[in-house]
Amino acid sequence: MDMRVETPYGERVKLAMRDLNFFYGSFHALKHIDLVIPDRKVTAFIGPSGCGKSTLLRVFNRMFELYPEQRAEGSVTLDGQDILDRKLDVSLIRAKIGMVFQKPTPFPMSIYDNIAFGVRLFETLPRVEMDERVEWALKKAALWGEVKDKLGQSGASLSGGQQQRLCIARGIAIKPEVLLLDEPCSALDPISTGKIEELIHELKTDYTVVIVTHNMQQAARVSDYTAYMYLGDLIEFGPTSELFMKPKKKETEDYITGRFG
Amino acid sequence: MADKHLSTQFDTELAGISNRVLEMGGVVEAQVAQSIYALSNFSGETATQVLQTEERVNQMEVEIDRDLSAIIARRQPTARDLRLLIAISKAIANLERVGDEAARIARTVQRLINTGVPSRLRLPVADLNFEVDLAVSQLRKALDAFARLDTAQAVSVLKADDQIDREFDGLLRKLITYMMEDPRTISASIDLVFVAKAIERVGDHAKNLAEAVIYVVKGADVRHFAMSDVEDAVR
Repeated sequence: MDMRVETPYGERVKLAMRDLNFFYGSFHALKHIDLVIPDRKVTAFIGPSGCGKSTLLRVFNRMFELYPEQRAEGSVTLDGQDILDRKLDVSLIRAKIGMVFQKPTPFPMSIYDNIAFGVRLFETLPRVEMDERVEWALKKAALWGEVKDKLGQSGASLSGGQQQRLCIARGIAIKPEVLLLDEPCSALDPISTGKIEELIHELKTDYTVVIVTHNMQQAARVSDYTAYMYLGDLIEFGPTSELFMKPKKKETEDYITGRFG
Repeated sequence: MADKHLSTQFDTELAGISNRVLEMGGVVEAQVAQSIYALSNFSGETATQVLQTEERVNQMEVEIDRDLSAIIARRQPTARDLRLLIAISKAIANLERVGDEAARIARTVQRLINTGVPSRLRLPVADLNFEVDLAVSQLRKALDAFARLDTAQAVSVLKADDQIDREFDGLLRKLITYMMEDPRTISASIDLVFVAKAIERVGDHAKNLAEAVIYVVKGADVRHFAMSDVEDAVR
């Protein structure tokens, strides 16, 4: 049981990792990660390809369990509850921890049903309430104005940036507590990226947001805390403004200033 | 900067802009020395040269500032690189002010010459020399510290700043005595007080440069620190 309730920076702890190790078969992908993620803040993970940042997200919602040769050791707790506990129903975890992927993944159905589909898995809502939920999620994702007159159209008819906001709307429609974003803007143009970043700012009033990004400037723009990872190790974690202005570790400095490699 | 960026072009840009700061430093250092030469020798010609150099210094500041903005916009620097660029922005503002102080001294010299003071009165101009030597040496040491990003040298500049201040206070007392003894010298002596103050300001700008060096290397803003805290910060 992880007893940490407050981060070193005085925030309430949402997710906590204690000696977390992860293996793809014999490959040791995450090494003894000890970290707490604060509630209702944006925490960014940066690092070069293969550093383990996406793996970490996959652990947070137990997505790795789909693959038998992958395993996690140690503990990850959400509000003190161990989410790696096999006895815990994975769908309950995913109801609390939503995820948005690098490439927009709208379901092959209408815009409305893209949002309603996930909600129906967890709740049975009367039509009127479902309509409200869909509208609420689309408004939260800053997409409502653009799609309100064509909710019956296919999700695939939207632009890339709209599709990604649709996926975020789908993610928040089930009212999770944590939203995991894996490179959410890497396939988007700067305008769409700007909208999503704006959205991330707004989401943190209600959600704990964890974002993995290759784009360091994006991490600097949107996050409150940043973690730098390298080859499965957590090198440095701290407030974003400090990490980008005066990192404590030379490795972090070399990476963020582009002296890496 | 020891390690190289992945982008060698970025390295070139940073090195280029640092070199131009040092070049600007060299120009203003010479300007200060010239302005004092003009004062000691009542040389209107040298005073004019100092004033002509001022335009070049202003131009250098504007150009370096423009290139700084371009680097920040294009490279989005972080950490030490960002601190270096911020420090350069402060350094050139300080160097430009050093140039202004030299120009102020040069204009005082012109005025003294035009009012015919030197022929009638013996002003204690030589008494300024010690303060001048201190200030110019501080400026040179601060620029060296900047060139080598040498925090030990920067700390020694900060430590020596008190000396200039004490020298200025001493000069002030001396000039007051001088004015009391012969009221005809009051006008010219006040000019000298302003010159002494200008030199003292050069020392202050050298101190600011030294603080910027510590900021680049250690990321610590030591501007309002006690000396003991400064030493802790660079340890």
